Amino acid sequence: MKPTIESFKQNARVALHDPQLQRALAGLPTGLVANRAAARARLPEFEDLRDIGRDIKDHTLAHLDLYLEEYERKATAAGAHVHWAATAAEAREIILQICRDADAKIVTKGKSMISEEIGLNSALESAGIEVVETDLGEYLVQIRGETPSHIIAPAIHLTQDQVEADFRRLHKNLPQDRVLTEPAQLVGEARQVLREKFLAADVGITGANFLIAETGSSVIVTNEGNGDLTQSLARVHVVVASIEKVVPTREDVSSILRLLARSATGQEFSTYTTFSTGPRRPDDPDGPQAYHVVLLDNGRSELLGTAFREVLRCIRCGACMNHCPVYSAIGGHAYGWVYPGPIGSVLTPSLIGVKHAADLPNASTFCGRCEQVCPMKIPLPKLMRHHRETEFSLGGPSHRYRLGLKTWAWFAQRPKLYHVATRLATAALGAFGRRRGAFRRLPFAGGWTRHRDFPAPQGRTFQQLWAEHKAGAPR
Amino acid sequence: MTSSRDAILSKIRSGLGITRDDPDRRTIVERRLSSRTRHLTPARVKEKSAEELLKLFRGFLERESATVVEVDKKQDIPAAIADYLRSNNLPARIRVGGDAMLTQLPWGSQPHLEMLLGRAQPSDEVGLTHAAAAVAETGTLAFASGPDNPVTLNFLPETHIVVVEERDLVPSYEDAWESIRARFGSEAMPRTVNFISGPSRTGDIGGRLVMGAHGPRRMCVIVVRNSDPGP
Amino acid sequence: MSDPFSGRPRVGLFVTCLVDLMRPSVGFAAVKLLEQAGCSVDVPAAQTCCGQPAYNSGDKADAAALARQTIAAFEGYDYVVAPSGSCAGMLKLHYPALLADDPKWSGKAKAFAERVYELISFLVDVRGVEAVEAEYQGRATYHDSCSGLRELGIKDQPRRLLSSVKGLELKEMADSEVCCGFGGTFAIKFPDISNAMVEKKTANVAAAGPNLLLAGDLGCLMNMAGKLKREGRKIAVRHVAEVLAGELSDPPIAGSK
Repeated sequence: MKPTIESFKQNARVALHDPQLQRALAGLPTGLVANRAAARARLPEFEDLRDIGRDIKDHTLAHLDLYLEEYERKATAAGAHVHWAATAAEAREIILQICRDADAKIVTKGKSMISEEIGLNSALESAGIEVVETDLGEYLVQIRGETPSHIIAPAIHLTQDQVEADFRRLHKNLPQDRVLTEPAQLVGEARQVLREKFLAADVGITGANFLIAETGSSVIVTNEGNGDLTQSLARVHVVVASIEKVVPTREDVSSILRLLARSATGQEFSTYTTFSTGPRRPDDPDGPQAYHVVLLDNGRSELLGTAFREVLRCIRCGACMNHCPVYSAIGGHAYGWVYPGPIGSVLTPSLIGVKHAADLPNASTFCGRCEQVCPMKIPLPKLMRHHRETEFSLGGPSHRYRLGLKTWAWFAQRPKLYHVATRLATAALGAFGRRRGAFRRLPFAGGWTRHRDFPAPQGRTFQQLWAEHKAGAPR
Repeated sequence: MTSSRDAILSKIRSGLGITRDDPDRRTIVERRLSSRTRHLTPARVKEKSAEELLKLFRGFLERESATVVEVDKKQDIPAAIADYLRSNNLPARIRVGGDAMLTQLPWGSQPHLEMLLGRAQPSDEVGLTHAAAAVAETGTLAFASGPDNPVTLNFLPETHIVVVEERDLVPSYEDAWESIRARFGSEAMPRTVNFISGPSRTGDIGGRLVMGAHGPRRMCVIVVRNSDPGP
Repeated sequence: MSDPFSGRPRVGLFVTCLVDLMRPSVGFAAVKLLEQAGCSVDVPAAQTCCGQPAYNSGDKADAAALARQTIAAFEGYDYVVAPSGSCAGMLKLHYPALLADDPKWSGKAKAFAERVYELISFLVDVRGVEAVEAEYQGRATYHDSCSGLRELGIKDQPRRLLSSVKGLELKEMADSEVCCGFGGTFAIKFPDISNAMVEKKTANVAAAGPNLLLAGDLGCLMNMAGKLKREGRKIAVRHVAEVLAGELSDPPIAGSK
């Protein structure tokens, strides 16, 4: 997926004026946010589990090489083909080759952000393979030629009306008089269409929420069951997963799973949690004949030795973006690449470089809600600040901004001068603003006064008044 | 030429500051893998009686729109299934795997029920499987794939009927893993272990919940009470 | 440096640049509240800015310089109190992180941080103040500024003191804990997104039907007051210290005389 982060401000502006999107986003507070709070309230151990989850991931990351080797050993012993891909291009080529070897015409896909990251769909389509997204939300964005706008609810930006219009436009066998006014009818229509694809697929590709070293297993989590139909019906099952997905044992994954659905949607547990190990066994009547796991690096190993290591704890729950006031205002597409919201603001610059993604870590007030809800306790604002430090050391964000900042900092480090300068500025501004109490327009503050008034200062500085007060003057 | 595997592992090691093969690190990892420490058992299932666990289990499943039916002995299962299918206007044709507990039930007592054996076919409307374990903490059923309970039976048919014995109801996920370990060995796994907590659903259209997104639209869980004396 | 009026803790007031420049009455309200709570208050002249603009812009060097200057300016006080959750958070949580690698200052920063408090939390949690003697006839709603809430745990304390204000009816707004969109440099860098956020906030404020909007951070207050004024909503905006100290003679924020 080609990043459009460099037009973030433009993307955001479009998003802010998109009534359909705004209507869809308005549902977040009473929906996903309230549901997570309720689920957390039902589990007294929730906060302890966050510490446990963080510790499991930190331990694993500190021994990632050894756990990956163990995972590979176990998976291979169970009959899996384990591939290592250093880059997105390599991963695409490996998967393409698997599809060629399987003479694949149709590929079904469970939801996988990694597959978005490596641009898998277009690579397969260019090779003449039909690719069908089966997660309903992914399917909806696929038929619109869009990308997902949320990592667990890919079509969260669409309204029901838009979906009906899309089905009418694109489903060839849909009779005109079929009623599609209720979500159930739309889901029924999608179920019918996609079932044909499940049954016809040669290769099924899924991601993995976790890879378990103890058993060499991959884990997927869905509510629809589409991942299961994808991976069980096709002849070949391909898992594409980034290297930091590994956890040591089934006990470890159990602890983290207690956090995942609750943080994502407020469910006690996702409907389907599936643990896959190798291909079908000799006496299995169903299941894939071949099972491949593609382990993707694509910049993650580089993060281990840096201040950004903590971002590798992420379990892709989406809680951060559900609670982010910026995401709630602009939606996921504005972020311009695979990962939106606070996790995107940290991960995207880490993977593609701050220079190409500078707006993302800057588009935050550091309100801290993301860190507060992250099940893995990733310090997202701190990591965004680190990106800003990198950006600053590279000369960003802009000459004008740096000048303003440096001027302020210069005065601030010289208290006596500062007090004189501020007295003058405050007096001037206060004089102009006294009558109305606020400015409708102010030079150098166009961004502010475009949308709101700028309150006038009271006219004297506190330091000035305090000095007078100490000298005995009445207040 | 270094393989990608070697390149990635080497980058990981240098990122972690590992300059030589450290036997202590290996020991830590080995110990962690074999100790299989449970981190926490939720209070909701700690020190609960069998009755309380069943109530919890049932409550969660019903909340997720599954039907739960309790029978006193396994001989009652065919009648319970026939009842369920009849009262929901569902066809009396069931696909089942080779699970002996299921195939040896007195199906003759329900002569109108047609039993089909094997993996699920696209035209199957009702699938019947036997859960390896049931987890009380969230109303979750654990299934192990194999000729006894082919995995497609859990997903293809629109109606999924599950039989689980109360003696296989355990408090937590970790307990379910112990059941799996008892059956398959300490680290071996079947091709698929499914943890299923209700029928299929999606909220992807307008944020409203709809059942039967791709997997089964409805689920009936038949719990055989502990009153049943034997195999 | 012990207090000549023995027994009273010496508080160094960290004024904050916004209070200093924009609204000194908040500073005086803070002094009054601190003195009522039995403290002697001083205002070191060698203070300017906590350094957040530099820190959040990635300019660690300037931020660290301001941190050292601030720590030095407040040497010897029993407590350092700021009428702002974000500035207090900067001093208390971020100064030690900023100077962690400076052998000369890391110990000082930690010791300094232990003495730092946001104003309302200081009154309630340290001085044990349970009630104030102020009066306000009307309905107020309270916005939870992000840093105060999430960095310093300020939530109940202002509400407890407000409940003791005679005649004041406190009505909670929806989403009082959601960011108002100020974020310091954010409002300048991303004005459209900031506006979308403050619009949601003012809608929630108005829906609670108050006469008065309160918070503990002047940045948030200026942002919300400016928006309310532009929208023509007749809701007064003040810093919570002003109400608690009964200092209501000055016009509200963005209000005219």
